[in-house]
Amino acid sequence: MSTVPEVVVTGLGATTPLGGDVPSTWQAALAGESGARTLENDWAERYDIPVTFAAQLRVAPDQVLPRPELKRMDPSAQYAVIATREAWKDAGSPEVDGDRLGAVVSSGIGGIWTTLDAWDTLREKGGRRVLPMTVPMLMPNSPVAYVSLELGARAGAHALVSACASGAEAIGYAVDMIRSGRADVVVAGGTEAAIHPMPVAAFAASRTLSTRNDDPTAASRPYDTARDGFVLGEGAGIVVLESAEHARARGARVYARIAGVGLSADGYHITSPEPSGDGQIRAMQAALADSGVAAADVHHVNAHATSTVVGDLIEARSIRGVLGSDADHVALSATKSMTGHLLGGAGALETIFAVLALHERQAPPTINVEDPDPELVLDLVRDKPRTLPDGQVAAINNSFGFGGHNVALLVTSV
Amino acid sequence: MAYSEQEILAGLAEIVSEETGLPADSVLPEKSFTDDLDIDSLSMMTIVTLAEEKFDVRIPDDEVKNLTTVGDAVSFINGAQAA
Repeated sequence: MSTVPEVVVTGLGATTPLGGDVPSTWQAALAGESGARTLENDWAERYDIPVTFAAQLRVAPDQVLPRPELKRMDPSAQYAVIATREAWKDAGSPEVDGDRLGAVVSSGIGGIWTTLDAWDTLREKGGRRVLPMTVPMLMPNSPVAYVSLELGARAGAHALVSACASGAEAIGYAVDMIRSGRADVVVAGGTEAAIHPMPVAAFAASRTLSTRNDDPTAASRPYDTARDGFVLGEGAGIVVLESAEHARARGARVYARIAGVGLSADGYHITSPEPSGDGQIRAMQAALADSGVAAADVHHVNAHATSTVVGDLIEARSIRGVLGSDADHVALSATKSMTGHLLGGAGALETIFAVLALHERQAPPTINVEDPDPELVLDLVRDKPRTLPDGQVAAINNSFGFGGHNVALLVTSV
Repeated sequence: MAYSEQEILAGLAEIVSEETGLPADSVLPEKSFTDDLDIDSLSMMTIVTLAEEKFDVRIPDDEVKNLTTVGDAVSFINGAQAA
């Protein structure tokens, strides 16, 4: 008789607008810091771009990686490799047969710096000056390919693309790889490096970015009545997932379980979430059903909540729709208020936050909520972290993406 | 304006050093790109592309396989710019 393996989290890694690793990022999040800053470049004047700030990495990769690695990898892959090295070390550098080790690392946008730099080179200097590493650097599977090379992960290397849900979908797929018996250990997460003037101009053109140029740290304000769009962030989050049996056998420290994965699509609009929240509700319900956890045991939700006028409330109503009166005891955190929106990295970083929230029984705060939207019908953790109850508790991390992708991951304490 | 052999060696060493992380002063004429400097074909083509730009020469693909050592490349570039 075979049973489906339980999947646990044994390692965490990140590089984010709040810090160059997980401990510094988590401490800054608990302290309610913002990673948003005015951009120190001339893009706004030079290209007439209406948004002059973003949440850039706190520790630039050239402070961490040697020059040949910097030249060989797009920033999106650099961030993923930095986070992977931390996560792998944090997991105790497990000894695992490469054929039983998988990698799933997503990016929402791919190697946009490489793509556009090569295009600039072609136009300025001609086709013969375009470098031979251009394609392996710009392809959206480049980050996961480098992670696979780094660790010798040969059970499979996958890059699932679903815009801002990509990082969470990667973790969901990694869970499936372990449950289906394809791997014992999978390194999974998401990465994004798209703070380039073209995507900034394009997101601004779609009116999804906050234009609070005079006060960047106050710009990302999910559920505040004065919210006016998201703040573009960048970075990567990586988790080491393992079958519980494999983790037990090597005496690994276990942070939490990924007990349920819920996926759905809206099939409604290329950017707008379906107004009734039906797709989001089905994703959360699927995650609950997959885990076997009762709604009553969910005490924390890390919301997708990007600080857009429409999106935040649809999600809040969906959470209420799924959990009903059990939503009353849910501590809701919108950590993009601090990190900005890491796009393909967001779902992975926020899963790390949900895992740490359960591990340390601390729900991180939501900052900048001066005047909560009166239509918000949930208990938002504001300004200071909140202690979560002892015992077996569960958390949900929601991630939604342009295109109508909905991912809910259900995390439980150990 | 033509570069001297010494200038070509120094410029090439800088490109190889950037690509590989090896110190520039270890990129000597007798060193083999593959055996001594551990440069794979993709890195070699990167070095060729950057050298073409730096020295304003063409290094045809058919020639690249003949450039076994750093010295071979220096000689070829020197000849190509003279031509």
